[in-house]
Amino acid sequence: METRELTCIRCPIGCHITVELENGEVKSITGNSCPRGEEYAASEVTHPVRTVTSLVRVNGGVRPVVSVKTAGDVPKEKMMDAVGALKSVTVDAPVSIGDIIAKDIAGTGADVVATSNVAKK
Amino acid sequence: MSEIKKDLVIIGGGPAGLAAAVSAAGEGVKDILIIERDIRLGGILNQCIHNGFGLHTFKEELTGPEYADRYIDMVRKEQIPYMLDTMVIDLSFDEKTGEKTVTAMNKTEGLFYVRARAVILAMGCRERPRGALNIPGFRPSGIYSAGTAQYYTNMEGKLPGKKVVILGSGDIGLIMARRMTYEGAKVLCVAELQPYSGGLKRNIVQCLDDFGIPLLLSHTVVDIKGKRRVEGVTIAEVDENKKPIPGTEVFYECDTLLLSCGLIPENELTDKLGAKMNPVTGGAFVNDSLETDIPGVYACGNVLHVHDLVDYVSGEAAAAGKNAADFLLGRNVQENDGSVINIKTENGVRYSVPSVVRPAQMPDTLTIRFRVGNEYRDKNLSVYLDGKQLMKLPKRIMAPGEMEQIILVKSKVGEIISGSEGKEHELIIRVEDKE
Repeated sequence: METRELTCIRCPIGCHITVELENGEVKSITGNSCPRGEEYAASEVTHPVRTVTSLVRVNGGVRPVVSVKTAGDVPKEKMMDAVGALKSVTVDAPVSIGDIIAKDIAGTGADVVATSNVAKK
Repeated sequence: MSEIKKDLVIIGGGPAGLAAAVSAAGEGVKDILIIERDIRLGGILNQCIHNGFGLHTFKEELTGPEYADRYIDMVRKEQIPYMLDTMVIDLSFDEKTGEKTVTAMNKTEGLFYVRARAVILAMGCRERPRGALNIPGFRPSGIYSAGTAQYYTNMEGKLPGKKVVILGSGDIGLIMARRMTYEGAKVLCVAELQPYSGGLKRNIVQCLDDFGIPLLLSHTVVDIKGKRRVEGVTIAEVDENKKPIPGTEVFYECDTLLLSCGLIPENELTDKLGAKMNPVTGGAFVNDSLETDIPGVYACGNVLHVHDLVDYVSGEAAAAGKNAADFLLGRNVQENDGSVINIKTENGVRYSVPSVVRPAQMPDTLTIRFRVGNEYRDKNLSVYLDGKQLMKLPKRIMAPGEMEQIILVKSKVGEIISGSEGKEHELIIRVEDKE
């Protein structure tokens, strides 16, 4: 029996979750205070994922960059790939919240969307 | 000099000011003005491009700019007037008429006065600067507060440095560790003077652990090398009295030092107004209505006490907006026998907001927020009213970086104080061992 201690990151409460594993299979999850915690713990010990937030260059905007996020979670080990792939992406102003900036970033299956508005200069 | 009249002036158009305005408008206040010094609404949320905002307020995970945009939308829908690029430079109170005067200036109006019946203070906070930290060394370029580095990176698209040491484990510092790593910088370590982190656990997991960035607890920067540009910093371990331990010094070659060493409520205006201040929070003392000791002046958000989550700022600000509306519209004026409950915090609890509760005026349920001064595991949080135990809440963990709260129920308070003598009551909040 393997025991893993985790800090839940699904919400800012940060529950301390204990997961018991047997041969890589989740046997029990305790310490979470909501179903999201259970889901997180199960995912984190078997297949950890993150939302990636970063910046993309903007042409002709009032600001030179626009903030973006992955519209879904990406595998933790692909975080830097997603960020790296965004470095070569540029968009033309205006950009609005929710605009799709890139599709299926770095083969993660997740689209990247704008999270702020940048008006045209 | 021009002069305008307003029922309610809200100083600050960040998360607190926006939520207060929306709430006051929803409660029926028609004549509101938000004054914001930046060129856009939203405050610091605009540069907080990471996610994790809004889980309580909107039941979804948003980034800072998205969270701000939700409130900016509400302000526009309610057609609440706001002035941007406008700096409030003075705030005063006429004891005879109860009128408040907000002195402000901007490029189009010059200097002008706003006479207000009520004011909500929502100016937020600022970062503790290097000058307040007593770090020896020259003053080379490459030393930034974490929030300044965040502004350059996220708003201006400029990376402040390539090899970084971060002093202080406040949330902005942790967030910037990840941000600068994403941008191609190498973050060598985060040094924290205290034996515990000043930031949220989730940020330690997501921003440091995920990238293998070490968090050095009980460590501090004892020297900065470099005259024109930072060339490196020396970090040493500290003892229980926070004194560097000789022989533990390690030199880190770097070009940038970020400081994330605490936030200070920005209360110059509150001081000028003459409101009574709490030296622990750096914010004003407020009652159950979030009203300062100046009638009709309310405070909410980080100007009142530094919060960990913007969701709590929004909630607090909405309460301030409602209370200001009640004041302006003459609502909820209860018969008051003058009795008050003074909240005393002790044994690990550093302060509370509010610090005074008027049992007649308090809402049916009142949220009292506070922070503890140390990391506590498996303790009880106990609340006593006039010596009688009101609550005993078992806590797996309490940490200085995370705000705690209790909900005071009016009916329960009434049961206890109705039977007791006198008009002054005492509510004690303290950390206790489990039996």
